[in-house]
Amino acid sequence: MHELSAAFGEAFRLISTMDGDLMEIVLLSLRVSLMAVAVAALIGLPLGAAVAVVRFPGRGVVIAVMNALMGLPPVVVGLAVYLLLSRAGPLGDWGLLYTPNAMVIAQAVLVTPIIAALTRQTVEDLHGAYDEQLRAFGIGRRGMIATLLWEARVSLVTVMLAGFGRAVAEVGAVIMVGGNINHVTRVMTTAIALETSKGALDLALGLGIVLLVIVLGVNGLASLMKATTMVRADA
Amino acid sequence: MASAAPRSSLALPIRGEALALRRGGRLLVDDLNLSLEKPGITTLMGPNGAGKSLTVRMLAGLVEPDSGQVTWAGRAPDRARASSVGLVFHRPVMLRRSALDNVRYGLKAAGVPRGERRERAMAALARGRLEHVAASPAWVLSGGEQQRLALVRALAVEPEALLLDEPTANLDPASTLAIEELVSQAQARGTAVLLVTHDLGQARRLADRVVFLNAGGLSEDTPAVTFFDQPRTPQAQAFVEGRLVL
Repeated sequence: MHELSAAFGEAFRLISTMDGDLMEIVLLSLRVSLMAVAVAALIGLPLGAAVAVVRFPGRGVVIAVMNALMGLPPVVVGLAVYLLLSRAGPLGDWGLLYTPNAMVIAQAVLVTPIIAALTRQTVEDLHGAYDEQLRAFGIGRRGMIATLLWEARVSLVTVMLAGFGRAVAEVGAVIMVGGNINHVTRVMTTAIALETSKGALDLALGLGIVLLVIVLGVNGLASLMKATTMVRADA
Repeated sequence: MASAAPRSSLALPIRGEALALRRGGRLLVDDLNLSLEKPGITTLMGPNGAGKSLTVRMLAGLVEPDSGQVTWAGRAPDRARASSVGLVFHRPVMLRRSALDNVRYGLKAAGVPRGERRERAMAALARGRLEHVAASPAWVLSGGEQQRLALVRALAVEPEALLLDEPTANLDPASTLAIEELVSQAQARGTAVLLVTHDLGQARRLADRVVFLNAGGLSEDTPAVTFFDQPRTPQAQAFVEGRLVL
């Protein structure tokens, strides 16, 4: 019991003094996950909106697959990206394995379906209300997709926050393709797993608290934004 | 801008020939012929379910008829000429941006050069007496203001034809009057207006010509004076007299 309270004390000291190791890990985590969300948004937003707007054969299947991919197991994504980037893999020449960029790729693969599927849902709802008016303006498909993405902007920010929450809290994929190398690819989740198994509870707890605050903060922000959007929609 | 100089017509005449439309096994529009040829206000009237809204959507090129055809100036409607035919719905569709940007969006869609958009949008807002809300988000405007904005947005591009689907159905008398003034102004500038309405008073105030639909078909297409004085069909007669048409 004494050990645990000592670990908590040390954890708070690490946070309050903004300990160098701790900050390095936190910042790398944020950098990797933000980049992953940026990449995922670049692909997922237009993809989701296009599926919402364009009618084509097999669309129902595409939507079902997109929704199913939201539940991709991180370790499977890690394995797939590992195989792709390993020396013998098709992208092995890029030498990305065990770098932060590999972690960005893995998290982007994980988050893209989430952003695409939620964007599809959001934009499809809007499409019902806007379709005829926009077509009456002579807006084509591309213009329709761009307009609806802009009209849905508030909801889409919460979609991206959800993606970020998933990315930053994930451990399986980044540990496989990043390798949890000290000062290179060690992020919050992998560090917590390692430090706990070593019995170094102070750093693990300190990182755990920071991660918790980030994830709760992001989710809180997301629901707050949703609530204010509702109010606007009612007005 | 309001010059009467003849320009080559992109949209007029708008013709619907032998239009038929089925939904879920029910024939909603049946062998309908309707055209909008010259400036003036045509009101499209008739009971609910007579096919008025669908007819407007078909003429606007938004809904394909199952048989028959719609032509704008002799050719099938296409996207490039869409801005020549303005459309305002029963419930205004507002973009989630300022009133000014709503109008600018329409101008951009119509291919108006960027440099002219702001000035034209402000002029259009002024005609609708909405310049004081130009910077306000469209969603905070009242229902009447939103509908006026929708109409202003449609008129800003100076369409040849204006299709209005019950634009004043949800509005109070003052808002209705403001809409009617804008519609009259548009007519005076040479726009051909098709106005769907249930409001007999509104039809009397505005219409040059009345088209009366009943059960998906045309039952009357006459000058307004004739329609109100001597309706030919019993349904129209009942309608004019204010009896319920069933």
